Amino acid sequence: MSVLEQEEHGSDERAGRHKEPFWKRYIFSQDHKVIGIQYGFTALCFLLFGFSLMLLMRWQLAFPGKPIPVIGGLLGADNAPGGIMLPEFYNQLGAMHGTIMVFLAIVPLAVGAFGNYVVPLQIGAPDMAFPKLNMASYWVYFLGGVTMFASFFVPGGAANSGWTSYPPLSEIATQGQTWWLVGMVFLITSSLLGSVNFIVTIFHLRAKGLTLMRLPFFVWSQLVTAFLLLLAFPPLEAAGVFQLMDRVFGTSFFMPSGLVVSGEVVEVAGGGSPLLWQHLFWFLAHPEVYVLILPALGIVAEVIANNTRKPLWGYKSMVYAAVFLGFMSFIVWAHHMFLTGMGTTISAFFQTTTMIISIPSVVILTALLMSLWGASIRFTTPMLFALAFLPMFGIGGLTGLPLGLSGSDIHLHDTYYVIGHFHYVVAPGTIFAMFAGIYYWFPKITGRKMNDFLGKLHFYPSFVFINMIFMPMFLQGLAGVSRRLWDGGEQYSHAQGGLHWNEFMSWGAWLLLVAQLPFIFNLFWSIKKGKKVDSNPWQATTLEWAAAPSPPIGHGNFAEVPVVYRPAYEYSVPDHPGDYLAQNDPTETPTETPIETPDKTSGKEG
Amino acid sequence: MKDFLARWMPIDTSEHGGALDSMNALVHWLMAVLFVGWGLYFIYVLLRFRAKKSPRASYSGSTSQVSTWIEGGVILVEVILLVGFAIPAWARWVTPPSPGDNPLVVRVIAQQFAWNIHYAGADGIFGHTDIHLINEASNPIGLDRGDASAADDIVTINQLHLPVNRPVTVLLSSKDVIHSFGLPVMRVKQDAIPGQEIPIHFTATMTTPTEARFPGCAADKECWEIACAQLCGLGHYRMRGFLTIHEPDEFENWLIAEAPEPVEAEPQPAGLDASTAEAEASDHADHADHADHADHAEHMRAAG
Repeated sequence: MSVLEQEEHGSDERAGRHKEPFWKRYIFSQDHKVIGIQYGFTALCFLLFGFSLMLLMRWQLAFPGKPIPVIGGLLGADNAPGGIMLPEFYNQLGAMHGTIMVFLAIVPLAVGAFGNYVVPLQIGAPDMAFPKLNMASYWVYFLGGVTMFASFFVPGGAANSGWTSYPPLSEIATQGQTWWLVGMVFLITSSLLGSVNFIVTIFHLRAKGLTLMRLPFFVWSQLVTAFLLLLAFPPLEAAGVFQLMDRVFGTSFFMPSGLVVSGEVVEVAGGGSPLLWQHLFWFLAHPEVYVLILPALGIVAEVIANNTRKPLWGYKSMVYAAVFLGFMSFIVWAHHMFLTGMGTTISAFFQTTTMIISIPSVVILTALLMSLWGASIRFTTPMLFALAFLPMFGIGGLTGLPLGLSGSDIHLHDTYYVIGHFHYVVAPGTIFAMFAGIYYWFPKITGRKMNDFLGKLHFYPSFVFINMIFMPMFLQGLAGVSRRLWDGGEQYSHAQGGLHWNEFMSWGAWLLLVAQLPFIFNLFWSIKKGKKVDSNPWQATTLEWAAAPSPPIGHGNFAEVPVVYRPAYEYSVPDHPGDYLAQNDPTETPTETPIETPDKTSGKEG
Repeated sequence: MKDFLARWMPIDTSEHGGALDSMNALVHWLMAVLFVGWGLYFIYVLLRFRAKKSPRASYSGSTSQVSTWIEGGVILVEVILLVGFAIPAWARWVTPPSPGDNPLVVRVIAQQFAWNIHYAGADGIFGHTDIHLINEASNPIGLDRGDASAADDIVTINQLHLPVNRPVTVLLSSKDVIHSFGLPVMRVKQDAIPGQEIPIHFTATMTTPTEARFPGCAADKECWEIACAQLCGLGHYRMRGFLTIHEPDEFENWLIAEAPEPVEAEPQPAGLDASTAEAEASDHADHADHADHADHAEHMRAAG
């Protein structure tokens, strides 16, 4: 079998790797674990950077037009003369906050870091299928990140037309937009390289006995995610190149005729359509939402199964729901565009698909909640984040409903309600799941546990402060306050009733930064000083825990090739003395062979 | 729930808005029931099944079918929302008023960072416009005053005046980038997309309270506004216009007051038109809000 061939091949390489120089071992590494850590570290840096952009914006929103204290003078006279943030700079921060958080922080963290590190281990593979491609994927991502970061320092600053970069605004924008487009081309290419690798790896490198329905849910989530990236990103890459050509070579894919900007007739070939960009953009960006959320659901499922000490409830329905979600995510994109002048038929179609896609999300969330019934819940640090994820993602999902119905969307479209909605999905949703994953798999990476007290000191304040930021956004949105206003709506009378929240929300944001300090300290401190643990500190069932406490660098993760005997989450198996049975544990139990547990899934596929 | 949401929402002064708000309230009911229901369950299981109290987990877990029923219920409610409310509401929203209802047609041309409002005037025909006639100071929409049907056209900046209880069709377009024409009190929002003219239809059901009218309304909570909802550049935050709803006769008076002076027969180049228009503006300087808004617009353009 190919796994074995790979394994042998891997061992050869591993032996040869000991003589490899440092740069080949740690910098241009082809080992999925090193690449995963590289992705993780880079993405966490960007997460902090993207967050800090928002902290600056929150100053301007809380105290419009007042000089930023302490660091205001460092932002440059072009951006913040006298420490007072200019609208131009505010728009740069807004566009780059979105871009960085989505494309440079969360996706690389969810897919590049967790996917790379965990998937091969969970399926018992010696490495990813294409190690060189994997390395290329990271370095192309890195180039994209450098390009985006550097764009702050070009004349006119970074891109300032929103993370959505709608033309014509983006086409008449300053040079930073060109850098943004080049950066996006790098990032998309990187994701494509990665996604091919995941798909091949998951289909071809599973350990013996690891059938698809025995895969940990996390692997399923990565598989569906990889398909989304593979199929949704090419249209945006094409669109990005079109926009680049519009800006650089004078084409006009997205520029209509007859534009007048600042009193001057714009000289373009014309005949293009700004809406074409929106279609191509959202054709990616809606599946992208599920790229952000599926790996998070995967991590939460792992952590919940482990800390409830019982199998996931309705595993099969979760898998089907995730696959269905993947398919559906390609036909909902235009619900971002209800207000572009849509007729009844098209709007009815996209509203219907949008309502349909809410069902698999409800199925997965329900399954996770039902998994808690009859559990023996350990409130470990990863579990706290995973549990908090559930209601937070719930709020994010539920507030999507009034936005997904075009009638109620009219009033709420492009208001703070939307910002609240998707941040609940992504911030206390996905980012909390990422934290859960970091605390959960840290012992696998380092052989040491992160400090539990610091973990709790990280969790509880973060939970409070993050809600302080996002909850009032719904009230401001109901009032009709538009997004992306430099003064937070200070001029508008309809905004007056909710303006007082701005300062409160900003304090939430700044305190959220403080609440991350225990995490940052814990992360570095625990590498050297964390409590040493054996290879399976959480008494977990999945294959990654069968590898050494900190698997050695190089291909070939397992001392011996694992063989899988059972489904992914055999916890608290009746008539078995321990409370878990690892997937590779050959012990025979009465429940071992056909563990399909049909009673849990019946009637749920509909 | 509708009243509960209304505590944060602006008042609704449109004919179609009530249905949208009701639907919004229904959706929020669904959200609230699901969230509170699952929330209570969540807290209960966290307490009941904590490791201390429940040392060994149950392998089979819940065998209840209740979640299937809940999922079925969610599907049912979503179908009702979709078929019973959302799709009909949208169909109504995009249906033009019948000509018999004597709809008022107004063009709104968005630009960085102002709303140009174009009324057809007494003849009911919009004058010809040409982008090459555009002069940001005097003729922001490039109206060809030489065109006979343009002679009585009225162009205002950031001032949308409409009659109450009469259907209105706004023909929305943009000169430069994408904007979004939002009337929070009217439950109206529509993207203004360059290269397209998109019709939107609504009917106001209330006149603007007199004491709240511009200019005094800048700091007044009752002010009715046009809000730009789509990022359109550095001045997006101040792309704010004003909406005034009049009694029908009052509206006619306003149109007469705003109507341009009869122009001499021979066509004039755009530049001269400009001075006419400016004379216009100063003629109505007593009309405090107009002067104020003109200043406002100047200021905006200068800053933009």
